[in-house]
Amino acid sequence: MGLNGKIALALIMTILALSLLAPYIVSYDPDAIDLDSLRHPPSEKHLLGTDNKGRDILARVLHGGKITISIAVLAALISMTTGLFIGLMSGYFGGKLDMFFMSAVDLILAFPSLLLAIGVSVIFPPGIYTVMIALSAVGWAPFARLIRGQVIVLREASFVEAARSIGCSNKRILLVHILPQCIPLAFVMTGLKLGGYILTEAALSFLGLGPQPPAATWGSMISANRVFISSAPWMVLSPGILIAITALSFNILGDDLRDKHAVQRHDKSL
Amino acid sequence: MKAYALKKIALLFPLLFGITLITFVLTKALPGDPVYSMVGERASPQVIEKIRKQIGSDKGVIRQYVGYASLLLTGEMGRSYYSNRKVMDEIIAKFPNTLKLAVGAMCIAVPLGIFLGMTSAINRNRALDRMISVFSITGLSIPVFWSGLVLMLIFSLRLKLLPPSGTGDIRYLLLPAVTLSLPALASVVRVTRVSVLEIIEMPFIRTARAKGIKERSVTTVHMLKNALIPVITVIGLEFGSYLSGAVLTETIFGWDGIGRFMMEGITKRDYPVIMGCIIVSTVVFVLVNLLVDVIYICVDPRVRADGTER
Repeated sequence: MGLNGKIALALIMTILALSLLAPYIVSYDPDAIDLDSLRHPPSEKHLLGTDNKGRDILARVLHGGKITISIAVLAALISMTTGLFIGLMSGYFGGKLDMFFMSAVDLILAFPSLLLAIGVSVIFPPGIYTVMIALSAVGWAPFARLIRGQVIVLREASFVEAARSIGCSNKRILLVHILPQCIPLAFVMTGLKLGGYILTEAALSFLGLGPQPPAATWGSMISANRVFISSAPWMVLSPGILIAITALSFNILGDDLRDKHAVQRHDKSL
Repeated sequence: MKAYALKKIALLFPLLFGITLITFVLTKALPGDPVYSMVGERASPQVIEKIRKQIGSDKGVIRQYVGYASLLLTGEMGRSYYSNRKVMDEIIAKFPNTLKLAVGAMCIAVPLGIFLGMTSAINRNRALDRMISVFSITGLSIPVFWSGLVLMLIFSLRLKLLPPSGTGDIRYLLLPAVTLSLPALASVVRVTRVSVLEIIEMPFIRTARAKGIKERSVTTVHMLKNALIPVITVIGLEFGSYLSGAVLTETIFGWDGIGRFMMEGITKRDYPVIMGCIIVSTVVFVLVNLLVDVIYICVDPRVRADGTER
């Protein structure tokens, strides 16, 4: 891993650790309304100020980080697993199955992705799971396409032929011989996509389709406080900066992983 | 090439069927009964029944879809449950605004992006390249709804140079267009850089230099022309998604386009509006990308008529 990647990883770890340890760092309850301290600017008492209901912004931002990052990471893992499974089946067996899955992939990729995520998330009652479903419903497609391409190459490789000639079953060839070869690629892609997942989660929350109040997410904090942008900009600035830093770190990490694995020539879709 | 374009256009129909089916299923599954949100929970059963009949939600699901699809074929997308205006008319009225915003954003992103990408590649691994790379990856990481608010805070609310929101002339257009252009700018820079770096290594560039051609014309004629091909795809993708309604940017700046219209539809559970917006947006998106494919063939003779590379 390069220096940039290491710094990015360290930043992600720091944000994650701060979010997880939030109750020990900030003594304020993120949802506790305090009508005596409405819209206080940053001070010693409230490091990042308070919002329209007197809630401590630092506490809310840290709790929001936990929600946003876990949604993004879980959705990325779900997309990766689904994409791996479908890519393996599609690439290995080919034929009608392949046609069916790849048409589905084309259909999903034909939608502008934020629109589709919005479309999916309006079906279910808004909340954490809805956002995860929306992100994964859109996210599995590029994984499936990437893995399928890799499997089609591997399927013809001599070690697979050798495995087949000594009588390995399809299941064994797929799980033992082909899958391990696809996993690094899948993780590189996950790294590249995570920044985007953070941004999409933030966008959905901003539009009111994410976890509902009083729960804090970065996106919903910005949308709830944006009317105060002029009189109390700190309420909007800190969650936005955190989204940007987190997404940036994931993007740098993803780029770094890709460069180290030198897979970009291998597959242009990365 | 004609055959290839025709094949692409033929693909539109199954795609359209899939899209209408998906949007139909999606919006049918929306939570909440629009009839109740129209007349209130305490309305008399007769009134509710009457409205149900009017919007056709008392019939079976398949008949509803068939009815919807045949209406679509005649260019009719139903009426908004709230304003009772035709969805198609509203979309047609709002599309020019969305187009204006998308074109505005691309006018900023494309020339600037190509220039920065080229500069970055030519100065590979020098300080300038690093700076541009940091700028572009940051551009990809900042959410537009936040950068829009920050720009609004600085230029409209603090410096009072530009109006904070609304639809209108260039003064209204400037902030949302800049906001919207940031992510596209970042991707254009990145793709141009990678693409130019690949071209720089090619023998024909060395040949051109060896022939004694001026460095400036090597970069503009030989490099840029060849490097732009992958950039076209990115521009097409971004432009297509902006045309399909920049939901976030339009919502923030109160720009009266398709994106904001759709967001209003979603918050009010106005099914015909949501469906209409998603369908029109997707069709526009697909058409723009089709156009890009065709441009691609015209620009790059290596892409053969059947669409395979080299």
